[in-house]
Amino acid sequence: MAYLLGIFLAIVAFWMGNSGHYTPLMLGFAALSVVLTLVLSARLKIIDREGAPYVRLAGLAAYYPWLLLEIAKSNWVVIKACLRADLDISPALVKVKTTCKTDLAKVTFANSITLTPGTVTVEIEGDKLLVHGLYEANTVPEAFEEMDRRCARAADPAGSAA
Amino acid sequence: MPDILTLLGDTWTTVRYPLGGATCLLGALLCIVGTIGVLRFPDFYTRLHAASITDTSGAFLVLLGMALMAPHWLVLVKLFCMLGFLVLTSATSSHALANAAHTAGLQPKIGPVGQAGHEDHEEAGH
Repeated sequence: MAYLLGIFLAIVAFWMGNSGHYTPLMLGFAALSVVLTLVLSARLKIIDREGAPYVRLAGLAAYYPWLLLEIAKSNWVVIKACLRADLDISPALVKVKTTCKTDLAKVTFANSITLTPGTVTVEIEGDKLLVHGLYEANTVPEAFEEMDRRCARAADPAGSAA
Repeated sequence: MPDILTLLGDTWTTVRYPLGGATCLLGALLCIVGTIGVLRFPDFYTRLHAASITDTSGAFLVLLGMALMAPHWLVLVKLFCMLGFLVLTSATSSHALANAAHTAGLQPKIGPVGQAGHEDHEEAGH
């Protein structure tokens, strides 16, 4: 029920932010489309923890600013690599073990790795991620430990967090 | 005190257009840097890293610049939605490309390239 409420609030906020027309006719259409969307989501059975991650919103909201900073830092490294007169990259492929339990946390972790320039998640198998990196020195498994820990804290249920 | 606030408000309305324009330009410049990287890097996987500059800082700065120039809060909401979708989808598409290449059996170039590896220059001959 909480998930349904979360999706409902998110859709209403999305409509309000995108429309800008608040006449009764338009609001009626809005109500109709919101109900239709909820019915369709219920039929698809996607009203669950994954479909409505709004319970973890506080954790994720604290995580993304940190990720933004990491993105800015590694952007600078890759920009320098792009513009250096002589290429000096040393690509590497490593296996990274994650402590994330749920799929949502794993996806957040893999997505964060891919989002930071210089590292791309190539494959996920169970709790191991295959990561391709631009610099060998930046792509050791230890480099991802903090990100892994923060992802687990942000997206895993509170009980299972290490 | 209200004088300072109106002064700050006036300064902000004057400053935000040039500031937004400059931020957009910087974002566009970073997109070009990403393109240069795509052209210079040796293989598919490394080119993906260069493309992610365009995806992240380039797109973020362009969106930030547009947000600074936004005439109405509704535009801000839409730009924020765009940022959210971009964060989720650009990484997913990069991963899909890399995963497809890996599944198809494309081997990444491993180890030092260019200046970092001297033997690479000898190999370039054949």
